[in-house]
Amino acid sequence: MVAVRAVWASSSRTSAFRKEALQGFLCIVPWLLGFLIFTAGPMVASLWLSTTDYEILRPIHFIGSGNFTRALRDPLFSKSLWNTAFYTGLYVPLHILTALLAAILLNTNVHGKGIYRVIFYVPSIMPAVANVFLWMWIFNPEYGLANALLNVFGLPPQKWLYSADLAKPSFVIMALWGLGSAMLIFLAGLQGIDPVLYEASSIDGASAWTKFWRITLPMLTPTLFFNLTMGIIGSFQVFTTAFIATGGGPNNATLFYVLYIYRQGWEFTRMGYAAALAWVLFAIILLVTLIQFRMAGRWVYYEVERKG
Amino acid sequence: MLIPFIWLLSTSLKVRGTEFTFPPVWIPNPPVWRNYYTAIFESGLPFTRFLLNTAIITGANMVGVLFAASLAGFGFARMRFPGRDKLFILVLSTMMLPEIVTQIPSYLLFRLLGWIDTFLPLIVPTYLGGGAFNIFLFRQFFMGIPYELDEAARIDGAGILQTYLRVILPLSKPVLTAVAIFTFLGNWNSFMGPLIYLNSLEKMTLAVGLRAFQGLRGTEWNLMMAAATIMLIPVLVLFFAAQRYFIQGIVTTGFGGR
Repeated sequence: MVAVRAVWASSSRTSAFRKEALQGFLCIVPWLLGFLIFTAGPMVASLWLSTTDYEILRPIHFIGSGNFTRALRDPLFSKSLWNTAFYTGLYVPLHILTALLAAILLNTNVHGKGIYRVIFYVPSIMPAVANVFLWMWIFNPEYGLANALLNVFGLPPQKWLYSADLAKPSFVIMALWGLGSAMLIFLAGLQGIDPVLYEASSIDGASAWTKFWRITLPMLTPTLFFNLTMGIIGSFQVFTTAFIATGGGPNNATLFYVLYIYRQGWEFTRMGYAAALAWVLFAIILLVTLIQFRMAGRWVYYEVERKG
Repeated sequence: MLIPFIWLLSTSLKVRGTEFTFPPVWIPNPPVWRNYYTAIFESGLPFTRFLLNTAIITGANMVGVLFAASLAGFGFARMRFPGRDKLFILVLSTMMLPEIVTQIPSYLLFRLLGWIDTFLPLIVPTYLGGGAFNIFLFRQFFMGIPYELDEAARIDGAGILQTYLRVILPLSKPVLTAVAIFTFLGNWNSFMGPLIYLNSLEKMTLAVGLRAFQGLRGTEWNLMMAAATIMLIPVLVLFFAAQRYFIQGIVTTGFGGR
């Protein structure tokens, strides 16, 4: 009798588990379908396309690694890759630095800091097109605000977006204006630091500088890591600003990688080649992110780990 | 930080030809409010059409995201089933995938379906997924709700769907609002998707359509800036109305790594 009841109880429990498993699975089925149709499927298709010479209107041929060897010989491939790497290398550190600085400033008890937060945040929600129009004009070589500013300091006017040397840095300046969301994340990180740590170090006579290096920065490393990762992934995909403002010029100085893929894919309809280029981008992003995660163990400090 | 905005506003109120005076004039005298009317109705571009298209796509996506992402988030947070955690890692890893990789075959698929130059490629995928970031946000939030509530509901005879709709969602207004706002912004400002999938002028969204001001009878900077300001207004209104949720949403996202 006892045995029968035990069996009955356990089977009813398994059926309850089964029911929950089925229902839980049903909850995620829309996502799973979407993943298969719009992510996994396209990835397989794109991998296959990357080995073909597909150009939409012509018959399709398998060419193996032909697209990749072609990329190696394509000067615009290396140029656009270089442009993107240069942009990322300049933008990401400056972006992290300015966002952190703004967050630290706004974390102090300045009067009306709510308003400052809004002022710093709003540019990052600016529609990209409106943003680009605005900055095209700030960088206008003849009448722009940027040159007016240089003039105040007695510096000669520049050609900004129209100069092969300054076009990329101009885009960096433009992007730095949108430091808002990284700043907010830093701000949240700063507010998560236990004030007891600062009080204790004040008693020990630590200077503000020491506190920053010994408390603020280490406690902020998870946030720093997050902003760094997102910043790099994002800046590798820079597209809209260059597409609208310069179209890749002058002399391909702002032909960023995704812009080049877009051009190959949708302007020249070389879908096979574009797919191969897209995979190169994915491989680079994957590699950089993996390296970052590997390195993170050395410098990112998690409180939870110490306790565990 | 504000100077570019001031300049945007100031230019949108200037007489054509006086946009570039040097040194810059900050307060146009008199302000030409008519520029706004001209930009909307007399620019030769179907501006109101752009506005309507953008509103349709954005609205449809907001509904889709709230439905699909919250349901998936609910499944990942509060239901147990085999393979759940592995699938969730899959959700997170899709965030690293550059859009352009899947965009090329997706474009070919939509072309095959005859969906190019319709809103469908910009709307349908949302209903099947809702975005990895949003699923993540919902999951994090749902995990913070006490499980006793589900159990109590179940003892009262509520099914899973009822628990989700009647217990969990009403408690989740902060995250629903944050995701709704992000979806609004993302779609309102989205550029590459509409650029790729839409061809005809009357199907364009604001973000892509605004570009046409560049070519029209030379660039009419004052009208362009008026149009850009109009595009910015809903964003600002939304921001000020829901500032708290905005910031909360970003903060929650930022702590993803933990």
